[in-house]
Amino acid sequence: MIPAMRPSLVHLLSSGAAGEGIPCPVHATVSTESDTRKLAAEIGANFRAGETVLLYGPLGAGKTTFVRGYLESLGVAEPVRSPTFNLIQVFDTVPPVMHADLYRVQSAAGIGLEDYLDTYVCLIEWPEKLGSMVEPSECWRIQISFRDGGRFISAARPGDGTPEALATPSP
Amino acid sequence: MSSLTLAIETSCDETSAAVVQGTRVVTNVVASQASMHAKWGGVVPEAAARAHVEAILPAIEDALGDWTVDGIAVTNRPGLVGALSVGVSAAKALALTWQVPILGVHHLEGHILSVLADGCAVPFPHLCLIVSGGHTELVWVESPCRYRLLGQTIDDAAGEAFDKGARVLGLGYPGGLAIQNAALGGDPDHYRLPRGLARDPANFSFSGLKTAVARLVEKEGVHLSVSDAAASLQEAIVDALATKAMHAVEANEAQALTLVGGVAANVSLRDRLSSECARCGAAFHTPRFELCTDNAAMIGIAGGIRLARGESDGPDLDCLPNALLPGLID
Repeated sequence: MIPAMRPSLVHLLSSGAAGEGIPCPVHATVSTESDTRKLAAEIGANFRAGETVLLYGPLGAGKTTFVRGYLESLGVAEPVRSPTFNLIQVFDTVPPVMHADLYRVQSAAGIGLEDYLDTYVCLIEWPEKLGSMVEPSECWRIQISFRDGGRFISAARPGDGTPEALATPSP
Repeated sequence: MSSLTLAIETSCDETSAAVVQGTRVVTNVVASQASMHAKWGGVVPEAAARAHVEAILPAIEDALGDWTVDGIAVTNRPGLVGALSVGVSAAKALALTWQVPILGVHHLEGHILSVLADGCAVPFPHLCLIVSGGHTELVWVESPCRYRLLGQTIDDAAGEAFDKGARVLGLGYPGGLAIQNAALGGDPDHYRLPRGLARDPANFSFSGLKTAVARLVEKEGVHLSVSDAAASLQEAIVDALATKAMHAVEANEAQALTLVGGVAANVSLRDRLSSECARCGAAFHTPRFELCTDNAAMIGIAGGIRLARGESDGPDLDCLPNALLPGLID
């Protein structure tokens, strides 16, 4: 049984001008995986080459689903698989995208992320493992958490507040 | 007398070298980094690449013994470029020194053809189910080197589903073995977990399982039976794999099904596929365990077949992080 999409999301999604993405920061509650993908496409329209997007959230929250939604909006048709074992997946899109998953590593040193940071949109899952390689406040931060049977997603632009603050927004 | 091939595999965590003659595995040496990873509680990529550097020449020396080889096969795709480079660089240096041909091999082609090891008479065409930590693919094997991709995971690999499910249930690593042990005596029907993409005949989805298991742990709290949860999780993964593999066997009237990759070690999966194949009259083959996990012997078997056809690469052989299987038809 799939619950209906929440009106707040419908409103949020329709408020953004096409191709420009929705204004951030964003706080949204989504009910389905397809809502997560749509929201990712809307937020992702803001991402530029050379920007890093840190994806926070527990196992199963939908971090890879978010990446999939963004890549689909760039025209990627093939499956976007979890790079947990391969660590890095690169997509020849416009802008070019690097998707990394640090779940099974203890530190990001030596993977080769640095090669992509300046020229790709770099989406990184489990950014807690990055150490001092990037400064989180200079990155996009997407936080996904379980809430009321759906997901609560918040997004902050580079330079905006901290992910901790985003995780518990004022009502 | 068929040629001897030196094979090298460094695409992920294992540093491996082997000597094969046709499909006969002469030597197969695997220097596993698993103990190092366990020590640090996860992969340290820089250390992993350095571990390949440390282990590669001893592994080659061990595998080579006194043999003189006629060609070199090396995994050059897909994988982590830093890890692949160690094997490819060693292979190039040896090919230059010995003046023998070198060939880059696709890691999955190695898995697919691993089933031929030691002259095992697997008929062609057949269906192959590749299941490992990083892969879940259903491949129609028309002949050696000619493949049709029938289906694959759209998100997590089957081995990853075991690992992450084990993490959520608080079990150990590697998750496949931990789940299999915890599931002993558990009731696989006690908790109903989802079968992803149930209506798609050939593609797999395992990412929803993590979420479902996390929800289950949250809902049941102290009343959770870990044994029943592990059995139910294993059943969900095995059922999804077996249902689609057997559907493909029947739809394609396959005379044989092969099971390769590290998850082939799962007893429940082997038993289910073996009995279902017996019921529909298809042969079932799976390589011995050391050839299921990452190893160089399988790269030697696949590379040896291609080298024997006169294929080879130049000194500019590159490492690729992503790559389609070679020889795809349709």
